[in-house]
Amino acid sequence: MMAIASEQPTVDLREPSGWRRTKNQIATVGMWIAFVVMLVPLGFVLFTVIAKGASAITWQFLTNSNIPVNVLPVNYGGIGPAVYGTLVITGFAALLAIPLGVLGGVYINEYGGNHVLARVINFFADVMTGVPSIIMGLFIFTIWVLHFGYSGLAGSFALACLMLPIVIRSTYEMLRLVPDSLREASYALGATKARVTVTVVLPAAIGGIVSGALLAVARAAGETAPLIFTILTVQSLNKNLFSGANTALSTLIFQNATQPYTGAQARAWGSALTLIAIAFILMIAARLVTARFARYSQ
Amino acid sequence: MSVATRADSAIPAESASPLTKRRPFGDRSFQVLCLAAGLLVLVILVLIAISMTQQSTTWFTTQGWSGVFSTDWDPAHNKFGAVPFIYGTLVTSAIAIVIAWPVSVGIALLLTEVVPRRFSRPIVYVIDLLAVVPSVVWGLWGILVLAPWLQKIYQDIASGLTGVPVLSTFFGGEGVSGASFMTAGLILAVMITPIVTSLSREVIATVPTIDREGAYALGATRWEMIRGAVWPHSQAGVIGAVLLGLGRAMGETIAAALVIGSSPTITTHLFSTGYSMPAVIANEFGEATVGVFRAALIGMGVLLFVITIIINLSARAIVGRSVRRARGA
Repeated sequence: MMAIASEQPTVDLREPSGWRRTKNQIATVGMWIAFVVMLVPLGFVLFTVIAKGASAITWQFLTNSNIPVNVLPVNYGGIGPAVYGTLVITGFAALLAIPLGVLGGVYINEYGGNHVLARVINFFADVMTGVPSIIMGLFIFTIWVLHFGYSGLAGSFALACLMLPIVIRSTYEMLRLVPDSLREASYALGATKARVTVTVVLPAAIGGIVSGALLAVARAAGETAPLIFTILTVQSLNKNLFSGANTALSTLIFQNATQPYTGAQARAWGSALTLIAIAFILMIAARLVTARFARYSQ
Repeated sequence: MSVATRADSAIPAESASPLTKRRPFGDRSFQVLCLAAGLLVLVILVLIAISMTQQSTTWFTTQGWSGVFSTDWDPAHNKFGAVPFIYGTLVTSAIAIVIAWPVSVGIALLLTEVVPRRFSRPIVYVIDLLAVVPSVVWGLWGILVLAPWLQKIYQDIASGLTGVPVLSTFFGGEGVSGASFMTAGLILAVMITPIVTSLSREVIATVPTIDREGAYALGATRWEMIRGAVWPHSQAGVIGAVLLGLGRAMGETIAAALVIGSSPTITTHLFSTGYSMPAVIANEFGEATVGVFRAALIGMGVLLFVITIIINLSARAIVGRSVRRARGA
């Protein structure tokens, strides 16, 4: 390229030479290989989880309120406490993180403008999405569990810390897409800023905000590291989110993965399939919301 | 005039007009609420630093710097050196980056330059699917399926390469284990591929169409166009994306805890068992009920926090600058 630029600028309109074309083909094949390299582990892990997990799953397995001791085979008891724990702990975390995250996103985009504070918050929300989830677990351990003991609530706090920056960032990105003319039209009608934000701007962006929040919940539902320091683990159902140790699908899998007993391992595979199903359902819901609102806005 | 007066009197005095100086209470309190939610991010980050540092001070006070940064890890004899875990974290995330970098950039180029828009959507869905598989499921699969299978392959490679200079240092010799630095690195590579891919794609998408068309107009093949037009434009941003992936790989806990082999050894042999910072925290925390042991584990959390924050800050700065420059150009 450099040689051509320094010499007479002649345009080479001939067909690319054989070697150049071959190099191009090698590169294209390389890109497809990269895609296949990624597909193989995904296909392999999904196949294994379905093959080994599906046989474990029965209604009793999902709902029985006692996780049996590891030596018992998979048809004894079930994983009800873990299913309950995952749903309730993640659900409460979503209840904490989504409203706060949306408000934070509103602050950055609607109130912050170009202020230093808004830029700082935006930047650190971005940085916080990269903080390892294990740190959130240790943080809630030192600040909450040491004083009030293990509970599902502590687990919710840890997951909420994880979700908060993701929701803030996705809300901010969505609000940025709302055209200013909508805001100006509402101001012209004499509405206050809060009213404009709540009744005009947020509804205009609601599709993207909901789908971003659902993706954050999907990610949090599969997390293990924040939970092992905050909820501990129990074998029987603890319905009380606010006190006493609890359990979740992810922590149950983590425990059972290193067990030599086939029953414990089968319970881990069954739990893995359940957990993946929950995460996929949330992800598909997010896609549907996006698709629906995309059509709506057209 | 009379019309204007009537209209004026129709508006109640406390009405919310942007022209009145004092905004209504509800409006102001909503703003304060939003500000408080935003500030929560900063508050949490500061609290993380303070509370975890506080809980780990006894590690530093009892062991001293030389104790903390020693290779001795023996909880039974109150020796808590962090070096084997720092080493393991670096080695596994380095393996992950070496594999994930070309794969992610390859997929990103495939999506932006090769595949038509219509077909790129399903590929993006597949990548999202990969991102949503929980860490613990990768770990479960890694330890029960992948590690036993890899053990045989590792053994073949190790016996084949023993005695070969350079390669033997990393892959040859005794002590081959299915759960090892290499297995952990492979799983981490798979786990960070989605984020590195999507960020690289974002950066590559900012390359102006006119640059691409210019390269094609000069008779470049697609690969020459990528080298001449896409590369120079997006290199910095892609490095930022890879750095972010590195941050993720270093902090990845559960998968590493299950497949790394859980022994604090420092060796160049990549098929040997090892340990990493997040993995030891997750595995040993239950045993460490009181005292220096727990302080040491929380202290390793502090180290991890500081390292990942630094990596993230620099990565964001690089990505942000390259995207801004691309938009400005």
